[in-house]
Amino acid sequence: MPNVRRAHEDPAWVRGLLIAAAAGVIGILVVVPVVFVFVEALKPGLSVYWNNLFGDPDTWHSIKLTLTVAPVAVVANVIFGIAAAWLIARFRFPGRTVLTTLIDLPFSVSPVVAGLMLVLIFGLSGYLGPALQEDGYRYAPHVVSFAGALLTFVLLSMFRPSRSRKSIVWKLLRPAAAGAAFIVLFGLQVHYEVWPHGESLKIIFATPGLILATAFVTFPFVARELIPIMEAIGDDEDLAAVSLGANGLQMFWRVTLPNIKWGLLYGVILCNARAMGEFGAVYVVSGHVAGQTDTMPLRVEKLFQEYNLPGAFAVASLLTLLALVTLVLKAGLEKKALPKASAKEAG
Amino acid sequence: MSSVNRKVLPGFSLTLGYSMFYMSMLVLIPVAATFARGASIGWNEFFKTVWSERARSAYAVTFGTSFVAALINVFLGLLIAWVLVRYKFPMKRIFDSLIDVPLALPTSVAGLVYSTLYVESGWLGQYLVPMGIQLVYTRLGIILVLTFIGLPFIVRTVQPVLEDMDPDAEEAAGCLGATRWQTFRHVILPTLYPSLLTGFSLGFARGLGEYGSVVFVSGNLPHKTEIAAVLIVARLEEYAYGEATAIAIVLLVFSFSMLIVINTLESWSKRHHA
Repeated sequence: MPNVRRAHEDPAWVRGLLIAAAAGVIGILVVVPVVFVFVEALKPGLSVYWNNLFGDPDTWHSIKLTLTVAPVAVVANVIFGIAAAWLIARFRFPGRTVLTTLIDLPFSVSPVVAGLMLVLIFGLSGYLGPALQEDGYRYAPHVVSFAGALLTFVLLSMFRPSRSRKSIVWKLLRPAAAGAAFIVLFGLQVHYEVWPHGESLKIIFATPGLILATAFVTFPFVARELIPIMEAIGDDEDLAAVSLGANGLQMFWRVTLPNIKWGLLYGVILCNARAMGEFGAVYVVSGHVAGQTDTMPLRVEKLFQEYNLPGAFAVASLLTLLALVTLVLKAGLEKKALPKASAKEAG
Repeated sequence: MSSVNRKVLPGFSLTLGYSMFYMSMLVLIPVAATFARGASIGWNEFFKTVWSERARSAYAVTFGTSFVAALINVFLGLLIAWVLVRYKFPMKRIFDSLIDVPLALPTSVAGLVYSTLYVESGWLGQYLVPMGIQLVYTRLGIILVLTFIGLPFIVRTVQPVLEDMDPDAEEAAGCLGATRWQTFRHVILPTLYPSLLTGFSLGFARGLGEYGSVVFVSGNLPHKTEIAAVLIVARLEEYAYGEATAIAIVLLVFSFSMLIVINTLESWSKRHHA
């Protein structure tokens, strides 16, 4: 027996050596840099640190901008992530594998290239640039009305009783209501002249571009977390809910969402960390107007270029804190989000 | 289950429609627009830009540094995954969480820290620079930050495979008289090859596109430490959109190939694993 034991246990000196080596690698690559951020940020003293963060109007603006851009991008990707996970985990259809691969695409695209793509579409010499420059809000009523029609359609689909799936009334009701919503919204916007005429709409070098770039880069996070979790949970409970007469919304709200909530939160946290920390894509579309289009990571770079190291490290310390909080939450959620799924997988 | 689900569960056409719509708007149309823009440049012009002296050295730096960093990470990642799975030691959970710091830490922070740590007056630079190890504004520095960025990818691909590994094979090897090193070399390592390769490709792909951290440490000297992503930004800032697009397409094509390679590797290692 002792012989067998030794067969997959390393001698103590090997263990010690390898643990020391691994600790050394993590120490130099990870621990020293993280500690260094806080040491450098706090070196000039607490009041200077505070002033670096909140006394500088441009830095303060960059904090507010990051807190605006990231949530919008995260919410957009959460909606997509839930829809895509439901689609891929619950149904089999031609092109499913291709779709799954395409979801990962933004991960492999260089962030700089992602930013460039948006410049090529919305920039001044891009495909839509001249039109946006000339009369940027021309199609705003169309877009808003379309979004309203889509929302009407989605809500009606979710409220559709499960027993009426074949009924002709429901088949006709959804497109009819969506069409009506489009016409009403469009009429209202034109009548009350909500949108200005002949004014340019800035997407690149402005907040919408920052949101688009951030959404592109963080696109796969939520979907990628949810697909395996939903697959592992299986469709029994959803099927039971529907066969007991729940409509789409009831099933989603009372069965599907409670099942995936920790996994969803896990995805949101990772997505948010990346959204707040994104640099490359945002760098290309921002135009670096201090106090207007600089997010926190961009502010770090600008302060660094201006040789204002304490300022740069102060902003960096906030971002590092965000990363550490993310990791703590992630470690806490891993137990909650994943065991349930893996237990079901095993069973 | 598939055919039944589509008849019973709600939301197939809805989620299919919405996913396709959102993905087209945010991802597919921009990618297509980039290729369309590239096609409008004209073949000669495209080739001239893509194969210019400066572009070629940018590719060489990008691919070279990413490759070396991913290779270093294969060894570091294997070491860390091994220690985490096989040994017990104090503060192991914290150690495990620290692996993910490079994923969560914004790249600009990583760049800022690494560029100030290793300059002559920095914490680590004060020892390294007198020894002739110059890590800021050199390719070595790019390799260093890319190693940092890529580390979690390889650890997190190797770790689960090591965890699931059956001890029987090792015990059999031990009983048959193999030394510990022979067991590792001929029994354990071969089962890890697929995951090591996957981790390598993930880290390599990530390194190719990295911008935020590199821009701080590399100094961005054309022909020396300029990577492809930095060259794209430089071209954009000169409003040379055509040239920026051409180089971006080269990177894109390479990213797509990497995506296919990684997917193939992942399904291979899944089969291998099972």
